[in-house]
Amino acid sequence: MSLASQLVNLLAAFLLLIAFAMLSQRRILTLIHLFAWQGVALAASTFLVAHTTGQTHLYFSAALTVLLKVMLIPWVLHRLIDRLNVKWDVETLINIPTTMLIGIGLAIFAFALAAPISQMASTLTRSTLGIALASVLLSFLMMIVRRKAVPQVIGFLAMENGLFFAATSATYGMPLVVELGVALDVLVGTFIFGIFFFHIREQFDSLEIRHMEKLKED
Amino acid sequence: MNSAPAIAFQILQSVLVVLAAPLLMGWVNQCRAWLQNRSAPSVLLPYYTLAKLLHKDAVIARDASPLFRLTPYVLFGCMWLAAGIVPVLATGLPFAPAADIIALVGVFALARVFSALAAMDIGTSFGGLGARREMLIGFLAEPAMLMTLFTAAFISGSTQLATIVDTLAHREFAIYPSLAFAAVAFLMVLLAENARIPIDNPTTHLELTMVHEAMILEYSARHLALIEWAVAIKLFAYMTIGFAFFVPWGIAEAGNWAALPVALAALLAKLALAGAGLALLETLLAKLRLFLAPEFLSSAFLLGVLGMLIHFLVSG
Repeated sequence: MSLASQLVNLLAAFLLLIAFAMLSQRRILTLIHLFAWQGVALAASTFLVAHTTGQTHLYFSAALTVLLKVMLIPWVLHRLIDRLNVKWDVETLINIPTTMLIGIGLAIFAFALAAPISQMASTLTRSTLGIALASVLLSFLMMIVRRKAVPQVIGFLAMENGLFFAATSATYGMPLVVELGVALDVLVGTFIFGIFFFHIREQFDSLEIRHMEKLKED
Repeated sequence: MNSAPAIAFQILQSVLVVLAAPLLMGWVNQCRAWLQNRSAPSVLLPYYTLAKLLHKDAVIARDASPLFRLTPYVLFGCMWLAAGIVPVLATGLPFAPAADIIALVGVFALARVFSALAAMDIGTSFGGLGARREMLIGFLAEPAMLMTLFTAAFISGSTQLATIVDTLAHREFAIYPSLAFAAVAFLMVLLAENARIPIDNPTTHLELTMVHEAMILEYSARHLALIEWAVAIKLFAYMTIGFAFFVPWGIAEAGNWAALPVALAALLAKLALAGAGLALLETLLAKLRLFLAPEFLSSAFLLGVLGMLIHFLVSG
């Protein structure tokens, strides 16, 4: 194995580690920091793949990742939780050790699912497909087990990170136009979520999603 | 293999570990005192403490059974045996085939069972409390420890410590993401198993928080000295297991006298760094509530399992 592919594997492992750390994290502030670090790992691995394979459009997507997911979106989220004054309380539906055990199960499932695909692939990053799939599933799990709206949105953004990584590892990334579109979508999504948070809180006096299940006032 | 030089190496290593273990303890305490802006005690303080304890008369509770008297010797023996099996200075020692990593974990477990039994034997409430807490931590730490060791074992294809060290020390340079995970998990287990800070505070006698101290509260004089010494050897053994897996460079082969100075110097440097690192960690971290210990150790287990999975994914 070449050094570059070893480094990509290492970064992929970090990505997975951060996904697990997000799953086990109780504080929203730390969650945002972890999300930014996940962006750093993603950008570094994209840059490495771009460098070794000579795919120039991947440089752009690495730069885009740094700009959006490491700087802009975490900053917006920071502002949001400052305004909403929610920094600490993350409530989970299941306790954290159980969530982690479910997470291990998901990771094994994702690895098993990706194994036949990576055997057929010939890319530099084929062994990381399982990790990408696992981080998508873990972000999904995070969205399911969290009660409050802000962690759910961070889960959603982390899922996009996972998908992006899956695209890079399976096919050396999507065409630039698609990537630009997705990045814009994520950005706009974050802003809209931000506005929604305020509306949800105004309406229900809390950011818990559970309140939205009731359709009429009683 | 069991030639005279190899046996000489075995004896040298065993004696060295027993004599150097309190020094490591003293070094950790000294670093911690520096970091906390206290004037540090001498590095040799643990030796003075041991000497003082050995000169005193032992006081034993009236209701103590022979098990209570026996336990310090069992603990000391277990830890010394473990230190003889781990390749501290050299690989290919005559003792090494006696036990692989699974048996090594078993030796540590034996020591834990005896100390818990002795703590309950006296019948004080602190003893029972300490024993229960220790068993809680132990049963969570052991699977995490095994997962960590299995990751290294899968890379080298053997559960013999000496073989693992040989493969890892003499391979060409490669980045193993799985080993990085295993290293973090091992560090967490090391902290938990040696009653260090996020799980237990080695200097506290506050009844609400103590775990290990609660178990040995009834011991005095030579028994206490043996237990303290065993604790020091345990920390030494755990650290050298960590070195064997994650930074195995510089280790000698049994019987190779020329490589001995290098191996000794490498060991000293690694221990000095690891001791300072441990003190730094203990200064930075706060002790966790006891009920958060399962979370801490399940994270260690998770990291161990992830390391193993990633090993299969990346190599397969």
